[in-house]
Amino acid sequence: MNISLEQFDKAFENRLRLQIMSVLVANERYDFNSLKELLQVTDGNLASHLKALEKEEYITIHKSFVGRKPNTQYAASAKGRDAFRKHLEALENLIKQQKQ
Amino acid sequence: MKENEVYAELSSIRSLMERSAKFISLSGLSGIMAGIYALGGAWAGYRLVYDNSGSLQYRSQYVNNPNVLWQLFFIAVVVLLLSIVTCIWLTVRQARKKGENVWNPVSKRLLTNLCIPLVTGGLFIFIAILHQNYGIISSACLIFYGLALISGSHYTFSDIKWLGLCEVALGLLAALLPGYGIVFWVAGFGILHIVYGLVMHFKYKQ
Repeated sequence: MNISLEQFDKAFENRLRLQIMSVLVANERYDFNSLKELLQVTDGNLASHLKALEKEEYITIHKSFVGRKPNTQYAASAKGRDAFRKHLEALENLIKQQKQ
Repeated sequence: MKENEVYAELSSIRSLMERSAKFISLSGLSGIMAGIYALGGAWAGYRLVYDNSGSLQYRSQYVNNPNVLWQLFFIAVVVLLLSIVTCIWLTVRQARKKGENVWNPVSKRLLTNLCIPLVTGGLFIFIAILHQNYGIISSACLIFYGLALISGSHYTFSDIKWLGLCEVALGLLAALLPGYGIVFWVAGFGILHIVYGLVMHFKYKQ
């Protein structure tokens, strides 16, 4: 296959990161526990990938408290939405090229 | 990446975006049950009013007798509570079957969006009763309920939007033709709910 992989976002190489991003793009914001439940992953796994996305500035974090429990909400940043859209376009292009 | 891998990836992203943003454990069966309760309630209310007076004195009987009014109010509250309890029970059951948690960010958003027009409508109707504006109760019930469904439809099956639009249209008709409140009430809360419940039940194979 001679398709350049340059268009693919390195940050989305990991499947879980792409999944996290899809949830955050479809929703205004999502909290940690709900994400964990939806994606059925462990705390540590989810936290490390969220950290990676945060480092890329693809997501923003809003910390607050519900009663005494910390409640962390995540939202996709404009940069993250853009990157996600481009990544999907690259995937679509890949299919188109293979059809030709 | 192979072509079918890309397809699988895209469809999994799509399903995840949908699942995370829409609450799809609503059961069609609860619509059918709510419709049946509404028909039962309407029948009881009809008997109550018409047995107490000849059909010709319907209006005066209705307005002048606070006893009848409170009994009608009681029937309406019972129908409402029964419908809500059945809906919650069937929804929880449905979500468990799918291995989903009922209380998640989407169901919270769905509930908030339903409740804002619904509570507004409830207060409005209560105020109408206080002012003895009985003529607009049935149309206000239908209109506010329809608006609640439309506002909630963003967070669940979009079919609910059509149910909401039909309820609003019936509510406006009811306002246009005063005196036929119970007919529109039966059509909106009874028949439409049953039709909608059947459609959902078979469309989504629950």
